[in-house]
Amino acid sequence: MAGSSIMENLFQRTLEDLIKGMRLQLIGESTFISKATEEIRREIKSTDHHTKSTALLKLCYLSAVHGVDMSWACFHVVEVMSSSRFAQKRIGYHAASQSFHDDTPVLLLITNQLRKDLSSANHFEVSLALECLSRIATPDLARDLTPELFNLLSTARVFVRKKAIAVVLRLFDKYPDAVRVCFKRLVENLESSDPQVVTAVIGVFCELAAKDPRSYLPLAPEFYRILVDSKNNWILIKVLKVFAKLAPLEPRLGKRIVEPVCEHMRRSGAKSLVFECVRTVLTSLSGYESAVKLAVEKVRELVDDQDPNLRYLALHVLSVAVPEHLWAVLENKEAVIKSLSDEDSNIKIESLRLLMAMVSESHLADISRVLLNYALKSDPEFCNEILGSILTTCGRNVYEIVDDFDWYVSLLGEMATIPNCQKGEEIETQLVDIGMRVRDARMQLVQVGRDLLIDPALLGNVHLHRILCAAAWVAGEYVEVASNPFELMDALLQPRTSLLPPSIRAVYINAAFKILIFCLDCYLLQNEGSKYEQDAGFNPRNTTESFDDLSAENGIERVATHDQTITPTFVEKKNFMHESIVNLLNRIELIFGPLIANQDVDVLERAQNMLSLVLLIKGENDNSFQDVDKKDTRVSAIIKLMRDAFTMELGPVSTSAQGRVAVPDGLVLKENLGDLHAICGDIELPSSSSFSTAGPHLTATSDASSSNPLINEESGALNESTSLIEHRKRHGLYYLPSEKSEIVTDEYPPANDPKSNSNINDEASELVKLTEQSLLLKKRTNQTKPRPVVVKLDDGDVAPISVQRPEPRGDSLSGAIKDVLLGSETGPSMSQSNPYDKSSRKQKEKKKLGTNVQSEMKENVVDAEKPDSENPNSSGKNHGHTRERRHRGKEKIVEGEEHDQRGKKKSGHRHSRRKTHQRAKSPLNVVSQTPEIPDFLL
Amino acid sequence: MGIRFVLMVNKQGQTRLAQYYEYLTLDERRALEGEIVRKCLARNEQQCSFVEHRNYKIVYRRYASLFFLVGVDDDENELAILEFIHLLVETMDRHFGNVCELDIMFHLEKAHFMLEEMVMNGCIVETSKSNILTPIQLMDKTS
Repeated sequence: MAGSSIMENLFQRTLEDLIKGMRLQLIGESTFISKATEEIRREIKSTDHHTKSTALLKLCYLSAVHGVDMSWACFHVVEVMSSSRFAQKRIGYHAASQSFHDDTPVLLLITNQLRKDLSSANHFEVSLALECLSRIATPDLARDLTPELFNLLSTARVFVRKKAIAVVLRLFDKYPDAVRVCFKRLVENLESSDPQVVTAVIGVFCELAAKDPRSYLPLAPEFYRILVDSKNNWILIKVLKVFAKLAPLEPRLGKRIVEPVCEHMRRSGAKSLVFECVRTVLTSLSGYESAVKLAVEKVRELVDDQDPNLRYLALHVLSVAVPEHLWAVLENKEAVIKSLSDEDSNIKIESLRLLMAMVSESHLADISRVLLNYALKSDPEFCNEILGSILTTCGRNVYEIVDDFDWYVSLLGEMATIPNCQKGEEIETQLVDIGMRVRDARMQLVQVGRDLLIDPALLGNVHLHRILCAAAWVAGEYVEVASNPFELMDALLQPRTSLLPPSIRAVYINAAFKILIFCLDCYLLQNEGSKYEQDAGFNPRNTTESFDDLSAENGIERVATHDQTITPTFVEKKNFMHESIVNLLNRIELIFGPLIANQDVDVLERAQNMLSLVLLIKGENDNSFQDVDKKDTRVSAIIKLMRDAFTMELGPVSTSAQGRVAVPDGLVLKENLGDLHAICGDIELPSSSSFSTAGPHLTATSDASSSNPLINEESGALNESTSLIEHRKRHGLYYLPSEKSEIVTDEYPPANDPKSNSNINDEASELVKLTEQSLLLKKRTNQTKPRPVVVKLDDGDVAPISVQRPEPRGDSLSGAIKDVLLGSETGPSMSQSNPYDKSSRKQKEKKKLGTNVQSEMKENVVDAEKPDSENPNSSGKNHGHTRERRHRGKEKIVEGEEHDQRGKKKSGHRHSRRKTHQRAKSPLNVVSQTPEIPDFLL
Repeated sequence: MGIRFVLMVNKQGQTRLAQYYEYLTLDERRALEGEIVRKCLARNEQQCSFVEHRNYKIVYRRYASLFFLVGVDDDENELAILEFIHLLVETMDRHFGNVCELDIMFHLEKAHFMLEEMVMNGCIVETSKSNILTPIQLMDKTS
């Protein structure tokens, strides 16, 4: 046995051999890897530690670089970890942190090994264990090893301490109870003079504060001291991040930090620090005018920089300023517009976002025009980016900024004809939506629809099918304002419609159906009216001519007629020729004949309906047309009925409409859908999609919690909303924008777009001019007609989903921290609602006074502390800066406490004892007064 | 978690070093690396070093034939991460002496140790080159 292990050892390939071998393999790398893996599988079983660890090292390499699975080797990893030789142990630990995860079965076995190494005298071993723990700690491991970590948090060996601090982050995450044990020491480390320790600890607090900032407000003085004293840019950046989270929660904090932040901004030469200051000011200190001015000044320097990184960041940070300081963007608008033709697509997208943020009613048309020209020249991705942002901006809050819908509808039509356009669904939604909401825009809408429908070339483009679908629907629904129904009919019946998918074809057929009914109705009406004056009516030669002058006449008629839905312009002015009607019926019969053999039921059914109607009318017509006087009343009755059915106006549907539907008697709705799990347990319910729009124009996103009794459970509500948000994120296109929506996109166009650079400078300068003009005049002066009425529903049909901010994760963690910092008895409600939960001596003093009624002994303590607390200036220099603020905080708290006190005094002894305990836990010991108070925490 | 992963990838898109600070399965890693490499390697010198990907940002920098890619949370300071990458490269330079791709290939574990000294649990804990290298040199001497 011994001999064989020596042999193994001698002939084993080292990692270096393996890598060299790999480099020689030009082809067949995968076979080489599988061979090597086989070899490793053999070697790793060896009893010789050296052979084993070398095999593991090779496996780690293959796993990290070539993605070879190494989960099978977990037991061997544990063995190597426990080796007594450091070099081997190192390999084992490395393998563990690389391959172990929460479900690895052997994790239970390593607790003791980790404990042993954490307490080792060799600080490299400790470091290995810490490193490993920071990657793989599970709740169990965290719980079991908390005492060891607690010891390491105050060790004199900085090398180990800083790592232990970093591990605490994971520890808290996995095992929140560890907070009670370790938090105090963690806070003590904030005061360390060693920059290494401070770097680590501020990193931890930065992460913690990102999740739940409110809990860390009491530590503000410590952070402030670091902000003022530290010279290390890494630390400063992190502490700025912490303050960016804290400042919005506590107004007085902003006042304190704004000066030091500006100081850093002015003084520092490090771009990263300056940038962080700018970001902090714009996000969290936006109320301080002078600071914002300074920040914007800095942004202006960055935005024109040579370095694309700085340009990108400057634009990015400007978009943060948009909601409150639009002027900051306006000041930089030239740079923004210039960036629209930048070489970098990321920069282009940022500038596009900013540009859309600047848009207002007055110059929407001009900017859109220029952007469309950009879109025509850009690569497909950026083109769609532009189109998408125009669509979302214009559609925001039910077309808030659109004044002229005729213009906007034509713009939509124009977008559809841009070759690269892939925004079919959005355009579809908006076309239909405008049709329903804005009556005045319908004529233009039908006109645009007609232009799209009659172009046979568009039918070949799959991206446009949705738009054509909308156009067909619009044409059918609002045919009464059309200039020429026959032309629409021709467009809908053209042979190339066979290229459309069945669902859209069905819409086409239905539109044709509506148009046919309309034509017949007009014909009958006209005949009724002109029964006795049959002059031009039946003259076949008139047919073509009449259509020519029709449009002209209709143009004049437009304004007069579009309020009347039923009275058709057409009838009054022109005649529906007998012949043209007959022709139409024949054509329909001819074209829909083959469709009754169509595969798709929708198409099939609608075509069948149409044909039946045509046959019916034809049969009747033969008689009626012979003798108009004895016109068949049956046909006209049918047509009338159908016409009436179609003239009912469709409007937007309220989001809460579903809630108003009364539940029928006898229908029992289950409160809980738990039963469903039994039936379809393994099917992932697309819960979110069931609330999304029923049809593109309905927007029936039901407000889940209020309207639908099925989903009223409290517990489900959170998941519900997050899944909605998730859904919204993915399918944002289907949602009407609820608030100022940013264009969120994952797509990044390829690096360069060769086409886009031509002429772009002209465009840019033009755009600059445009915005200049239009930004100057706030109100549009040449407004020729008033904005048409846009139908909105009272109860808000647009924004059913309030984008909830996700609840701070890990409630248990923040709860634990609050307990530690504020004393558990303060209770979460108080600490949450009371913004003055700063640590304060006075508060403590008060509490003590409360206890003094019972205990003489404690009074001494209080007396000893009293002078100190009443004279705030006497305490340590470190807190000098925040003194005033804190002091004010105290007074407020005192009121609350007194109030509290009255209640408590009555309840007597037990309560006051608890109070003492609470005092011990209160943050003071942690924050301001370390030495005097005995450590009750431990 | 500030830093989510650190990748080193050569011009051909082969991964040379991968360090993740959150657990991903092998397939997820491979997919992620593929997507990122495709996105970043296509970009040229005149473009900025930041790419948004999924719900985080990638900050990258190219040194000769090697790309250093760092995935960070959205609110991380991009410029600081660029400095971090530079620090990492300088540290390796000091240790290996004019570091090249081969050094990292053949001394992958050392590169990992340097990284471990600098980053713990996604937080940057050490920014001094000598502090980073001292333990590594010590370990070299003993083993």
